Amino acid sequence: MALSRKIAYIDLTNRRVRTAPIPLEMRRRYLGGRGLDMYLLYNHVKPGADPLGPDNVALVSAGLLTGTLASASARVHIAGKSPLTGLVGSANMGGFFGPEMRLAGFDHLVITGKADGPVYLWIHDGEIEIRDASHLWGHDAHQTQTLVRDELGDDDIQVMTIGVAGENLVRFACVMTSLKNAAGRTGMGALFGSKNLKAIAARGRMDIKIAFPEEALDYNKEIITQVTSAKVSKTMQKLGTLFIWGTTNSTGLVRVRNFQSNQIPHADDIEPESIEEEMIGTAGCFGCQVHCRGRYFIKKGPYTGAYVEGPEYTSLGAFGAEVGCTTKQTVLVGNHLVNTYGLDTLETGSMIAWAMELFEKGILTTKDTDGLDLRFGNDEAVIEAVHQIAQRRGIGDILAEGPLKAAEKIGKDAIKYLIHVKGMSNLHSDERPTPALALNIATASRGSDHLRSRPAIDLYHLPEKVLRKIFGNPVPYDGPLTSDYRDYEGKPWEVLWQEMCYETVDCLGICKYHTVFLGPNMPNFSEWPKLIYLNTGLEFTPKDLWDIADRAYTMERLFNLREGLTKEMDWLPDRYFDEKTDRGLPVVRGKSIDRDKFRKMVDEYYKLHEWDENGQPTEKKLKALGLENEPTHKL
Amino acid sequence: MSKILVIDPEKCTGCRLCEQVCSVKHERVVNPYRARIKVVKWEMEGKILPVVCQQCEDAPCAAACPGHAIARNPETGALEVNYTLCIGCRTCMNVCPFGAMGFDWVENRVIKCDLCGGDPQCARFCETGAILYVDKSELSSLKQKKGAESLMDLMTKVTAAITQAG
Repeated sequence: MALSRKIAYIDLTNRRVRTAPIPLEMRRRYLGGRGLDMYLLYNHVKPGADPLGPDNVALVSAGLLTGTLASASARVHIAGKSPLTGLVGSANMGGFFGPEMRLAGFDHLVITGKADGPVYLWIHDGEIEIRDASHLWGHDAHQTQTLVRDELGDDDIQVMTIGVAGENLVRFACVMTSLKNAAGRTGMGALFGSKNLKAIAARGRMDIKIAFPEEALDYNKEIITQVTSAKVSKTMQKLGTLFIWGTTNSTGLVRVRNFQSNQIPHADDIEPESIEEEMIGTAGCFGCQVHCRGRYFIKKGPYTGAYVEGPEYTSLGAFGAEVGCTTKQTVLVGNHLVNTYGLDTLETGSMIAWAMELFEKGILTTKDTDGLDLRFGNDEAVIEAVHQIAQRRGIGDILAEGPLKAAEKIGKDAIKYLIHVKGMSNLHSDERPTPALALNIATASRGSDHLRSRPAIDLYHLPEKVLRKIFGNPVPYDGPLTSDYRDYEGKPWEVLWQEMCYETVDCLGICKYHTVFLGPNMPNFSEWPKLIYLNTGLEFTPKDLWDIADRAYTMERLFNLREGLTKEMDWLPDRYFDEKTDRGLPVVRGKSIDRDKFRKMVDEYYKLHEWDENGQPTEKKLKALGLENEPTHKL
Repeated sequence: MSKILVIDPEKCTGCRLCEQVCSVKHERVVNPYRARIKVVKWEMEGKILPVVCQQCEDAPCAAACPGHAIARNPETGALEVNYTLCIGCRTCMNVCPFGAMGFDWVENRVIKCDLCGGDPQCARFCETGAILYVDKSELSSLKQKKGAESLMDLMTKVTAAITQAG
């Protein structure tokens, strides 16, 4: 059954593999996926380790429910010390790899050391082989998957792989599977590249036993109906995440020309409905009825005929508003390139947008860019910059270092224009009118990040009664909660609640679009215990799950503090306080974040977490979670 | 009246939920490779085609079976394998033109779609309509509507092009 899956310790330096069972106690404490990865991260990475050195560890994991009859349980999680931030590296992706790795007998991989030449792992029916990958090195993320399938003679093999960007140690390279599924953030592709690990292939025929099959089938159907009957899901089924753009740009909540405006006018060509004209349909990850992955063929230019999946909302910003471009061709081609190179689309777009602002301000000139005309809105320059970053050519070689290292290399005032937190760039969203979302990016454990704790439903103006129902469970909360997204009051609790919500599904291996992320009636702590019980037979209460999430999140905090996180880093770039929004609806125009109120928000957030005034978990809190003796090296 | 599974590959998103629920229904485990349905993909080319038994009227599997082990269930219309008669020769697998006859290496026997006794889980869970379980009397109008939709789409485009050209 699902609980019989093993952990494998793979030492690439000595080319040794050891497997072990996962004690039930560890399941009960961390479930699996991101949760158990955070335990492993804290326990296996030596303090102060070089993220690109052999002492770093690459962790790959399935969630507790990955591949089971829990709808959208396709996720696989990757972790390590981030080459981008030097803090928690953590990213997960859908597709089909996670379930296949479970079918092949494994839930967790702990990959250590560094191979003396390119290798890939071949995981099949309880066995793990370390194989030569010299012939794969240099191939893009799509080609590599085909080459591995051809070499092993099996089209059902699922492959996660890095592209050329990971090989070149671009600090925001990602790990890819299928056409567009990416463990995108924090540079896990660079981590793979630093270990000479090109890919992991999995194929398994081992049963995942379901504890109560008939009941699990019925409950799965119930959950699917709950999810797909929501309007937000119906829209996603048609447009994918692109649909978000319609609201955010018309409201004035996007970053334009790096951070110089919050709404881009005359951008009809990149409206979701315009991009939909190119789409031939949508694709779903394993077992998912939301199927939010767009599918299209590129119809003109040098990549004509290429079959592509996406683009996501993120790529609309990366190759649209942020870089001042308004043509869908740039978005479609940019999306294709980041998928094949294996680059985090978000970081790529943000780095280019930042470089463009530096170019505008004269901090970078054509001398620095070898003639590349990095003017905002120059579509060709944006595409060329993507190539240069992945191949580490020209200015791309500097941008490939990520925000802080690149700013240091460029010098002058470059750092002033960065829209980052903890060394990771922000989504193309502008949080100045929305303090809750601003607190989310300022405090998220992996840096500026909308998928760690964004209370997106805060934007919906929901009645307080509804907010209380959602945010008042499974832990009672009687503090303030307001429907106005411009408020500062009550938002720290929303952020903390959302942290626990996302952490839980990341431990379970379920997609966030099956949670209270974009839809208030989506599954939540009240549904997950039954889902876990019917699939695995393990019993938890909603509060148990909350505590597990809290434990895992605290491990992330402990790791970050150990690796140099300070209170000052839970903060926003100065521009959020000093520059006002200039466009959008009247309610969002002329907004900036109030420093004092924001300071209070951060303090309250710490307090709610039971962290001290420096953001350090208190002894009492650590004891309550059973973390006072970490590292305990139980796995 | 009898019902039949109808596959529309154009509506398939490739999620493989059908494989998953099929294996749970029949084997009480998630194991897509023990399912009676398979979503065959040419992933990098964007091509998808679900493969499942067509419950043929003049079924090659039944005709070729030396043990006469494959017969139609009069209630559901599904061709089912009688394992007491099956000799395990797998001739049915060889002759099926759709590759819809499978082999379960765990139980060491051939497997095929039995329409879950009249409530096929693949169709129950597939919300895109790529797998439908419909009465045979509905088949013609289903196809006619689909044909008409694509024709109407084409006509609209042609009309628009003519109008645009003035």
